[in-house]
Amino acid sequence: MAVAAEKLDLPVRQTRADSGLLGLISTVDHKKIGLLYLFTGILFLVVGGIEALLIRLQLARPLNTVITGETYNQVLTQHGTVMIFFAATPIIWGLFNYVMPIMIGARDVAFPRLNMMSYWCLLWGGVIVNAAWFLGGAVDAGWFAYVPLSSAQFSPGEGMNAYLVGVQLGMLSTMLTSINFVVTILKMRAPGMGLMNMPPLAWFTLMTSILAITAGIPFMVAMLFLMMDRWFGTSFFAPGGGGDVLLWQHLFWIFGHPEVYILLLPALACVSEVLSAFAGKPLFGYKSMVAAISTIGILSWIVWMHHMYTVGAGSPTNTAFVIGTKAVSVPAAIFVFIWLGTLWGGRLRYTLPVHYAVAMMFEFYIGGLTGLVNASSSVDRQFQDNMWIVGHFHFVAIGGIVFGLLAGLTYWWPKMTGFMLNEAIGKPGFWVLFLGFNLTFAPQLVEGLLGMPRRVYTYLPEQGWAGLNAVSSIGAFMQAVGIVILVIALLESVLSRRRATADAWGVGRSLEWSIPSPAPAYNFARLPLVRGHEALWHEKMHGDGKMQPVPDEEDHGRHGNAVHMPSPSFMPAVVGLGLLVAGFGGVLPNVTLAIAGGVVVALGILGWALEDARGYYLVVKEEEA
Amino acid sequence: MALTKWDPERSRKRRWFYVRGARTRRLLAGGAALAALAASPPVLAQEVRYPQTLLKPAGDQARALYEAMAWDIEFITFVFFIVSLITAFILIRFKHRDGEDGLPPQATGNLRWELGAWLVLIVGLIVMALHPLKAETVFASMPKGDDAIDVQVIGHQWWWEIRYPKLGIVTANELHIPTGTPVRIATTSVDVIHSFEIPRLGGKNDSLPGRWTKFWIEADEPGIYQGQCFELCGASHARMLARVIAHTPADFEAWVRARQNPQSQPESDLARAGEQTFKATCALCHTIDGTAAKGTIGPNLTAFGTRTSIGGGVLANTPENLAKWLADPAAIKPGSKMPNYNLSKEQIDGLVAYLMGLK
Repeated sequence: MAVAAEKLDLPVRQTRADSGLLGLISTVDHKKIGLLYLFTGILFLVVGGIEALLIRLQLARPLNTVITGETYNQVLTQHGTVMIFFAATPIIWGLFNYVMPIMIGARDVAFPRLNMMSYWCLLWGGVIVNAAWFLGGAVDAGWFAYVPLSSAQFSPGEGMNAYLVGVQLGMLSTMLTSINFVVTILKMRAPGMGLMNMPPLAWFTLMTSILAITAGIPFMVAMLFLMMDRWFGTSFFAPGGGGDVLLWQHLFWIFGHPEVYILLLPALACVSEVLSAFAGKPLFGYKSMVAAISTIGILSWIVWMHHMYTVGAGSPTNTAFVIGTKAVSVPAAIFVFIWLGTLWGGRLRYTLPVHYAVAMMFEFYIGGLTGLVNASSSVDRQFQDNMWIVGHFHFVAIGGIVFGLLAGLTYWWPKMTGFMLNEAIGKPGFWVLFLGFNLTFAPQLVEGLLGMPRRVYTYLPEQGWAGLNAVSSIGAFMQAVGIVILVIALLESVLSRRRATADAWGVGRSLEWSIPSPAPAYNFARLPLVRGHEALWHEKMHGDGKMQPVPDEEDHGRHGNAVHMPSPSFMPAVVGLGLLVAGFGGVLPNVTLAIAGGVVVALGILGWALEDARGYYLVVKEEEA
Repeated sequence: MALTKWDPERSRKRRWFYVRGARTRRLLAGGAALAALAASPPVLAQEVRYPQTLLKPAGDQARALYEAMAWDIEFITFVFFIVSLITAFILIRFKHRDGEDGLPPQATGNLRWELGAWLVLIVGLIVMALHPLKAETVFASMPKGDDAIDVQVIGHQWWWEIRYPKLGIVTANELHIPTGTPVRIATTSVDVIHSFEIPRLGGKNDSLPGRWTKFWIEADEPGIYQGQCFELCGASHARMLARVIAHTPADFEAWVRARQNPQSQPESDLARAGEQTFKATCALCHTIDGTAAKGTIGPNLTAFGTRTSIGGGVLANTPENLAKWLADPAAIKPGSKMPNYNLSKEQIDGLVAYLMGLK
């Protein structure tokens, strides 16, 4: 057999080294980290959802006084910031983290400790942004934080500092995770899996990650500039000091629009996987999919000024961005053809994930098509900062992104937890959410046509928007009920413990369905040999339905009856803690705290470099050997 | 087919795979959708009830934008129905039915169909991208010539300063214009970013500190056209309204003459008392042409009695509303820079008499 474990002088263990509560802190396992991300994301989704309900309560009637104008702006800003950076983003990284490495036949991501540090950055970023409520008031300058409203002069409080520090940490997390995923996908695929044989989701992960790395940089730089303006009195954005308020808008939207695709591509990935699996067919037009993803990755760079049609840039500039914006709709619309081609001739089973996926298709049509209208620079002169835009991007953000991710979450739930969902609870929850969603946002498109601005905390009875807003508010509470039912369904599945088999839905086509549910610590007791375009499906069709292992001498992680595992480490947590302390130093601002945090970060990095991280051997369970 | 271990029968037997009562649920969903559709036409038909509607343009610029928008919306509605019908057909036709075993054809793609899809979409894109460009040129071509009116609109938290540089008039929140004449607007801001739009008269431009942006509007008919600030600008963003009052050219001439020769002398004892209070408190921030009041922090109050609205356009200009505003500005406009001087009832009555007497 292979090299004996003893020769490498590493400990051999019967159980995983990161079990228990402490293990949640020291773990470097992509699956545990994925679940932490998912849990954190759902928690922040609830926070952002409560903020949305407050917005809808206030707008339910004209001249309502549930909350004041100041509080409304805080709630509005926090809702956007939390939902984008601390709810949607961690849910995506959670799904990708759990599923993607298994799908490509890897035992973990390329940099396990970095993966855990990314999680801490995201968690503490979210905590800092939300802690502002208790530190002199949350940020109220909008999630887009336009200067000069976000400058020290007009937003002097801790809230804006908390936004800058918290979101900066969130972006750092995204960047590190993305680097990790790109390396993992390029370097750690199972033997036999070429790039053009990867499951669709891996392609989406790759392009999402590349976009996130590249688009994140301008925004992080912009936030750094604004920090310096606020803390040290520089004038990058101050017109009085030779700065320019539009500089922020350019940097923000150069990030901000690719960000839409960073959030949307994962949802498209989930829907593609779910429709293909439950229709019993491979994804139709794999090459078109790769082309479309890549085209989106390129074109999303020449669209950012469609957020700025009203800044007086002039017709030639605006027209260039009209063409860029409409062009990016082509690869996005290709997915409609890909999905319809996948369903054509298939046998679609209407499970809960399929419900969400099908709903996503229709809402995505509406979100995308309404976007084509405000992509016109002329028409957008009327729609800019008007409720039409709010309706449009929620059809993309909830109808597209959230429904897509819920399709993925419910599809992989049995894999991630090992328990089947009860569809008798899940489906009514879906319908309540679906109807509530349309009831909330369809009226907002009409409000936009009737000239209602967005981000107003109230309106006059004679402006005529009362009825539509009331309907919209009722819809928002229906959505809340739908989400509660979904959470109940998730909890019920864990409590009633209906065990999921390896191929939990019986329709699996890729590698994650070839290993037990939930996945064991080492994912694959023996590395699978990929022999076809869809690894598991190929074996179902041409083999015995089980993956063939690669020869032991090719499986470098396997030694005897054990698998080489990465060492758990507390150093990511130490670095994260240092960033948290330093972050609060920036928020207050308090120099001592900032320096103390910096010292902890430095110590953590030192410990990281010096600790023994050669890993250990985990003995494979007999039935999986 | 070499199906040795994997057995489709096994998955088919799982009862939770099947949608129970699917028809009932579809009927419910369809009913709700129909109800929503049925409710929307009356909403759209009664546009006059909506002072900021985009669906009833009242000038050339707004009409150009409206036509582009209407075409776009018709186009996407058409596309939505076609694509939805095809999708619905496929979803129903190719759903899994009891007793259907065997494998569906495992097609991985079809070069001809895929290239066709790309081609159709690119053509659609070109049509969609080119059509609204005409409206962009209408919006962007500033009317030339001396018959157009030049106006400066300057955003403040949370009111609009309106200046007519050639006419020597400064006012606030209410932009008077002649009908049938293009109005060139140059806009900027003294604090944060605002955005000025009167939807029925045309599209918006942002008011950016440190920059001037230019656009134009025009009104066909005399009347009052509502608008407001469209860019989040702080606590009272929602209370930063604006209105255009369009006059016939003759009436506009009369308005200009009246504004150039304002009546600013108090005529009753009460108003004279009010003038004294004004000098002691309000004049620090407000200007009244023809008096010693030269403050520039707040709106210019010349001819205040002729205004139709107060408080950034959120209240009608009546003595009662003015008294309410003077008693506690922040109650009407959160964060307002106008302080609450804890004026007595007598002081407020005097101020109301004085201000309403300014013509």
